[in-house]
Amino acid sequence: MTVDKNLLLQFLLRQGDNTLILGHRVSEWCGHSPVLEEDIALANTALDLIGQTQMWLGYAAEVQGEGKTADDLAFLRDAWDFRNVLLTELPNGDFGQTLMRQFLFDAFQSVLMGRLMSSSDETVAAIAAKTSKEVAYHVERSADTVVGLGDGTEESHARMQAALDFLWPYVGEMFESDETDAAMAAAGIAPDPASLRAEYDALVARVLAEATLTLPEGRYAHKGGRTGRMHTEHLGHLLAQMQWLQRAYPGCEW
Amino acid sequence: MTPPSVDQVWEWLETIPDPEIPVITLVDLGIIRDVAFHGETCVVSVTPTYSGCPATSMINMDIETCLRDHGLDRIELKQQLSPAWTTDWMSDKARAALEEYGIAPPQPAGGPTRCPHCGGTHLEKLSQFGSTPCKAQWRCKDCLEPFEYFKCI
Repeated sequence: MTVDKNLLLQFLLRQGDNTLILGHRVSEWCGHSPVLEEDIALANTALDLIGQTQMWLGYAAEVQGEGKTADDLAFLRDAWDFRNVLLTELPNGDFGQTLMRQFLFDAFQSVLMGRLMSSSDETVAAIAAKTSKEVAYHVERSADTVVGLGDGTEESHARMQAALDFLWPYVGEMFESDETDAAMAAAGIAPDPASLRAEYDALVARVLAEATLTLPEGRYAHKGGRTGRMHTEHLGHLLAQMQWLQRAYPGCEW
Repeated sequence: MTPPSVDQVWEWLETIPDPEIPVITLVDLGIIRDVAFHGETCVVSVTPTYSGCPATSMINMDIETCLRDHGLDRIELKQQLSPAWTTDWMSDKARAALEEYGIAPPQPAGGPTRCPHCGGTHLEKLSQFGSTPCKAQWRCKDCLEPFEYFKCI
């Protein structure tokens, strides 16, 4: 079954923009983490995310067929063209909030990549197979850290609960479905995100229970990132830093 | 010139050290997946270890330089994503070389079996990540030395 090229492009941008924007956010920790091992771990995580971005946006550029590259898509689009979920563009906050955000995202990626490995699109399946090995390490580490800090001192517990309370309303957007998702599901390219929720909730509940943290009750979800309808004010600031060199010196190479 | 045989190209490639861990070669690491001639062009398929590994571009450059030094001028490097690289493809020779170098080789159990310095078996994990994406940091509780472990993926 053939799929509308523009819808496939949207789907690929959503994948690549999630990893690009989160990768950039996590890289902001480089040189600032509480201890050396954590600094290295965050830099490595960011590196994996940027590597995954090259695969997703590389394929997106190919599908788009306008002769662009992954770099063009990363550095020469404006905020309203980005399709990442809002969760990934939120500021880092403290170390605990960064790791909570990472866990909430890693848990989603671990469920999604597992499904995408059997995508009807060979390239999507290959990227997912490559990515899932890295995601397995990411989720193991972010979950361990959430447990360590949640079930840690009074101070770390309070900070992790505050991080969870703040970030939880951004989780729902990852499971939102629209016509792009329906088309991907119909073509066997990707599952309907809504169908991943039960598995995600079970994984998150298990880790948060071990972390002695309380899952907020509300299901309200901030949305607008993956559709591009409305990003938070933070994305523009992030892009200004990330894209500055290419904007100031067009075509500049390393 | 007469194009070299595929076996000859493999022999040349077997001399290229990994840029990050020079005691093992790219062939030992298992990342060169195929060598073929398409007409007069030598096509080498390479799979990345980790998707964001910064050594990838260096590896491609090393392959190209090596083949050019042997007189090949039509070279194409193909990135092959599937099947995804696994440490199972690493040769036994490479595993032994890693341990000799002070890096514990990958184990299916998910952690090192012994300290590469003293052979001790009382080990603890310090961090899931090390100096490169492919390694984790561990410590030996017998000799108290830290060491790197090549992660099994």
